[in-house]
Amino acid sequence: MLSMSPIISVANLSKTYGSGFKALNGINLDIRRGEIFALLGPNGAGKTTLISIICGIANLSEGRVTVDGHDINKDYRAARSLIGLVPQELHTDSFETVWATVSFSRGLFGKPKNPAHIEKVLKDLSLWDKKDAKIITLSGGMKRRVMIAKALSHEPQILFLDEPTAGVDVELRKGMWEVVRTLQASGVTIILTTHYIEEAEEMADRIGVINKGEIILVEDKAGLMQKLGKKHLKLYLQSKVEAIPPALAAYNLELSEDGREITYDYDTKGDRTGITSLLSDLRNAGIRISDLDTTQSSLEDIFVSLVRAP
Amino acid sequence: MNWRAVQAIYLFEMARTWRTLLQSIVSPVVSTSLYFVVFGAAIGSRITEVDGVSYGTFIVPGLVMLSVLTQSIANASFGIYFPKFVGTIYELLSAPVSYFEIVLGYVGAAATKSIILGLIILATAALFVPLHIMHPWWMLTFLVLTAVTFSLFGFIIGIWADGFEKLQMIPMLVVTPLTFLGGSFYSVSMLPSGWRTITLLNPVVYLISGFRWSFYEIADVSVALSLGMTLGFLAVCMVMVWWIFRTGYRLKN
Repeated sequence: MLSMSPIISVANLSKTYGSGFKALNGINLDIRRGEIFALLGPNGAGKTTLISIICGIANLSEGRVTVDGHDINKDYRAARSLIGLVPQELHTDSFETVWATVSFSRGLFGKPKNPAHIEKVLKDLSLWDKKDAKIITLSGGMKRRVMIAKALSHEPQILFLDEPTAGVDVELRKGMWEVVRTLQASGVTIILTTHYIEEAEEMADRIGVINKGEIILVEDKAGLMQKLGKKHLKLYLQSKVEAIPPALAAYNLELSEDGREITYDYDTKGDRTGITSLLSDLRNAGIRISDLDTTQSSLEDIFVSLVRAP
Repeated sequence: MNWRAVQAIYLFEMARTWRTLLQSIVSPVVSTSLYFVVFGAAIGSRITEVDGVSYGTFIVPGLVMLSVLTQSIANASFGIYFPKFVGTIYELLSAPVSYFEIVLGYVGAAATKSIILGLIILATAALFVPLHIMHPWWMLTFLVLTAVTFSLFGFIIGIWADGFEKLQMIPMLVVTPLTFLGGSFYSVSMLPSGWRTITLLNPVVYLISGFRWSFYEIADVSVALSLGMTLGFLAVCMVMVWWIFRTGYRLKN
């Protein structure tokens, strides 16, 4: 039953910075072998601090972390050699070539030279034609892929992606997810942080929400999406309306101050969104629409609702 | 031991040297040549022999030490400061490497560079003045010890510095004056007796004296004392590096 034991186990982890700021407070978290785990949270929630501690970049104040059974402090060599890390900020050398910097990472992790593996990684990330280019000449998106290539150079069992798609264009993002899925298929466990809920929805098997240094919940994606799937429909009216007609009271509509916009909240995961009947009832009430727009709840909204929930 | 990591760091750092050849090797050689022209040929021709050797020949060990000291510090401090500055230090900290391996890679590369540089300067000096080395092995021992010690010292500065200004401060305000006042260009016996005592508080005096002894068998202090002081300073630097890594000072917040 070894394969069922968590690959990363975080127990009662706290981190207090020298300034007295408590970035993490009593974190308990198990990452399952082979899953894609998304850690969601607003800026400053403690996502990066948590990752930094697991990867050895920051010291922990209290608690214990094991990676595949290896304590990250006592047995750091065994723990770290399993992990590949792609940090949030673009930290790259400038004057080295792509090939040199990726090969350097493999050496740093104590793995023997393997040009065939480096070649595969670079090809998977569409960097092969840039292998002899100096990093300083690459675009931001390419630099991010170089960082992913560095993390994959030593064939890690666990890959941390800290905000991997911040500032990355749509096409590249899709390419990145492709790589992540292939990695998962080959047995790699992936932990990614994001504050885009769509990203977590698209990729993750499980989602953890962190806020103010505490894990608020950890749940399978399906369950969480049910809770979080609120959308807003905004209707722009052809002419001004003084008040919402009483016949439409059941929809809980909200009228803007200038009387030209109506907002309707609905649940995408519900059996019925109620949009069709709303539109026909509006027509019956003589309200004409010039345009419409839908928006999803932002994570900030979701936090507010999570934190306020009884 | 993760020897592959040591090798990776070492080769990475050496690659930086070859990339910046002009700055790393050529400029110290040019400036040292200028010293020879000015002090050796122009002014030196008016100075009588010092301790039985011509002035131009006398200053060679001091000039080599001057370059080795400053370049060891510059190479090592920059080598570790730069990853901190651009953020690539994350990879070093997250890699399965021990502190000893990190130091071995960085300090080894920095020391290698300054040893190569010292030998190049020595070869350059041979073009200007007649040179003879009486104890080549001792000469190499002093050269290597000094390069390693001051590379360690530079490594400490690089970790301590949190800005380019601090990176320059210690070499400019402490090391360069101590080297100039450490007997590079004169014998301590040429000083008035009061200053002679004060000079003996300068650790660089011992380095240069021992190094010069290996060339001409002339020294301001005994060779054993020179060797002892060099090893002592090496030990102090090692303890400081050990403390830095044990506490994560300026590396892990």
